[in-house]
Amino acid sequence: MSGLMQEMTEKALALNIPLAVQIDLTYRCNERCVHCYLDHDDHGEMTTSEIKHLLDEMAEAGVFILTLSGGEIFLRKDFFELLEYARKLMFCVKLKTNAVLIREREAARIRDLGVESIQISIYSHRPEVHDAITLVPGSLKRSVDAIRFLKSQGIKVIIANVLMAQNMQDYPGVRALAAELEVECTLDPTVTPMMDGDRSTLNLSADQGALRQVFRDADLVGDVDEFCAIPAKPGADELDSLPCSAGHTACYVSPYGEVFPCVQFPIPTGNVRQQRFIDIWRYSDQMNDVRSIRVKDLTTCTSCSHVTNCTRCPGLAYMEGNMRGPSSQDCEKSFVRTGVPSANMLAKKQAGIDPFPHRSKNLVQIQGFPVLSGASA
Amino acid sequence: MSRLYLARNPRVAARSLGGEMMIMSGRDSTLFTLNKTATILWQAADGATPLDRIVELRICPEFEVEPAAALQDAETLARELASHDILQISESPIPAVAAGESR
Repeated sequence: MSGLMQEMTEKALALNIPLAVQIDLTYRCNERCVHCYLDHDDHGEMTTSEIKHLLDEMAEAGVFILTLSGGEIFLRKDFFELLEYARKLMFCVKLKTNAVLIREREAARIRDLGVESIQISIYSHRPEVHDAITLVPGSLKRSVDAIRFLKSQGIKVIIANVLMAQNMQDYPGVRALAAELEVECTLDPTVTPMMDGDRSTLNLSADQGALRQVFRDADLVGDVDEFCAIPAKPGADELDSLPCSAGHTACYVSPYGEVFPCVQFPIPTGNVRQQRFIDIWRYSDQMNDVRSIRVKDLTTCTSCSHVTNCTRCPGLAYMEGNMRGPSSQDCEKSFVRTGVPSANMLAKKQAGIDPFPHRSKNLVQIQGFPVLSGASA
Repeated sequence: MSRLYLARNPRVAARSLGGEMMIMSGRDSTLFTLNKTATILWQAADGATPLDRIVELRICPEFEVEPAAALQDAETLARELASHDILQISESPIPAVAAGESR
């Protein structure tokens, strides 16, 4: 984050302004990725006019960065109408897509509308691996063709490479592909539980050995010793800090108008079909409860040696049963990175409880890993 | 001296945050914040009102400055904003255009 963006974020935090919002326009999708956490049926998406009204409210509320995601955004027949409307309201618009439906004409339209960047999911440089994850034959070629169309229009493209057991060994190939295409690349081994609480998708996560290899890849993490170092004890400032931006300067809106602190934090706070967006943001009891949490309020984690640099996700902790509690996935990740067990792991071991209830036998799933910058143009 | 007209570049992103205008360049995603004078120029840049009128109506009353000096400073500032693709400037009125349309 640039210095100026950091300054603006701090100002937004002080003024209680939702600086960045992600709207999922649809959960429908033309791919069937094996790790996807969404139900792809349409249970009553917001209409064009409802979304335009929401965009009006969000502009008035001070939202600046608007991420349009899904599902697959290009399955909405009104997508370009909504994008044009958002740009007229001068949002900084980012898109997330599989890009399968983007050809020359769509790329040119995206350029004309002044989209800031477009993030495209690529799971492998090998069709047999990528297409086996999306379950759509030919999808890698379609997505890579789209990247070339977008690049030819001068649009900033970011490849998002989710790492799982199935494609863990292919990230160097994806990074090489990104370098060849002259686009950025991010890696993320986060596999998220289904929105209905089903945790079976976590079985697809990479195992500890593979993750350890990633954590020790200097091309990804820079100084390996520093990245994997045992953290220092926290100071008072760190204990008084915020666990993450969810609900503080950012939130998420589902295709059905539900507002959550984050796409990965499914605590219901209100619905824009019944209330004004700004009223949910400011006055929702649940949003304010999330907002009230400081690191020092976390049960177990406050006394953990990893507390200063753990990537603990409050949403994953919530899905595990307590948003002030630990996220076992992140405990495990800190353990793999440093070799030091977390306070949560030690407490559970002492009590004779499985420290990783989320993990299936012989599988480890890792969550909340900070996005690692890969090859960039 | 010819008149100067200003229009907002439709390719930028912009939002007022606590009275401070944030602008993200459509060229390279660089983030800018505008000072009070630049914010006035941005808000008044409708493509139809010449800069000397903006200075007369918006800047001189706000800052209690001499019109001639204020106009010179405003023109320098407008050209600087144009160099960052935040504003468009022309010696003739600029038609209103939104993102995605051709000027």
